[in-house]
Amino acid sequence: MNDESVYDGLLGGDSSQWAFGTDFEDPLAGVDTTVPAGIDATELAVYCLMLGDDTLVLSQRLSEWCSRAPELEEDIALANFALDLLGQARLLLARAAAADPSIVPPLPEGSPVPAEDALAYFREAGQFRNVRMAEVPNGDFAHVVVRLLLFSIARLAVLQRLRGSADAVLAAVAAKGVKELAYHRDWAGRWFVTLALGTDESRRRLLTALEQLWPLHDELFTAHPIEKSLAAAVDPGEVRAEADAVLDQVLAVAEVERPEPIGTRGRTGRDGLHTEALSLMLAEMQVVARAHPMGLW
Amino acid sequence: MKRDWPLYEVFIRGKRGLNHVHVGSLHAPDDAFAVAHARDVYTRRNEGVSIWVVRADAITASSPDEKDPLFAPSGDKVYRHPTFYEIPADVPHM
Repeated sequence: MNDESVYDGLLGGDSSQWAFGTDFEDPLAGVDTTVPAGIDATELAVYCLMLGDDTLVLSQRLSEWCSRAPELEEDIALANFALDLLGQARLLLARAAAADPSIVPPLPEGSPVPAEDALAYFREAGQFRNVRMAEVPNGDFAHVVVRLLLFSIARLAVLQRLRGSADAVLAAVAAKGVKELAYHRDWAGRWFVTLALGTDESRRRLLTALEQLWPLHDELFTAHPIEKSLAAAVDPGEVRAEADAVLDQVLAVAEVERPEPIGTRGRTGRDGLHTEALSLMLAEMQVVARAHPMGLW
Repeated sequence: MKRDWPLYEVFIRGKRGLNHVHVGSLHAPDDAFAVAHARDVYTRRNEGVSIWVVRADAITASSPDEKDPLFAPSGDKVYRHPTFYEIPADVPHM
């Protein structure tokens, strides 16, 4: 086994040994990984942490649904989404570490933990840069539907532009992510409409979830200074109009009125300001890795 | 809730397959969700390029009781197989 890349065991070789073939693609194959001239590597690393932490934290919340969804089929769907987002997080955190190795938490000499794992498991909550929409605790099934819809609409709009990023790695991650997020958005939109037009109870739950998550919605489009200054980044404020148009379409079909905008003030998740839910989530997520900093997984 | 969701049979065409193959079944509230569920449940390992779903109650099946009248008569018709021909070694897919 070569632990350099998870694809090494599946790329090349005799694909006939697998029942359905392999044809797996390494999203970074042939991508130039040097930081392009004119891009501030420190800012690039922080930007990668922002996007990567969004997907890492939301992935963890989604994986908490495992074995708890109302139907087996939806259980697998949510696990698939969690894995899609975790894959994006892995690439983004690895990119952050490669661009600026000084952000990687120090581990004991000789630790085999890769840099992206060190970032995921050995940072405190205040060092995470994710939007708070990703971290709030799970609610009922309507809650996960609304969260995924709001997040995937915003993230898909960002990734569509990020495919043209000056940083080739970010562009490649975005190209992979667009296909994944398009499905997440489709799934969430379908369930949003189904629950809204279903029974009185399903509609009540959907509206409650929307009301709970709405105060965190504006933060998805509130740019951190680095999202504005870094040439390789996409300013989420600039995709707001197209994201709003998509959301309005779903709301119209679902016969749900768009809540009043609430706005975002002061420091946000992008600055490391989080709800207490993130610390609790990280405590559970990180405990095993932190107990075994020399562990090989 | 489950009793309201009908059973669907799922057929997947693989990358190298020419035909859709039955891979299993699942529950879904409607046809569109059945395709989505099939994608989520049965194509996670890069298996498919096309999905068919059909309501299980739309399938008419032969009965096991009819096994003999349906299938036994062909059991001794060996002349229906091309076993009396020499097949060149380099002819594939026979």
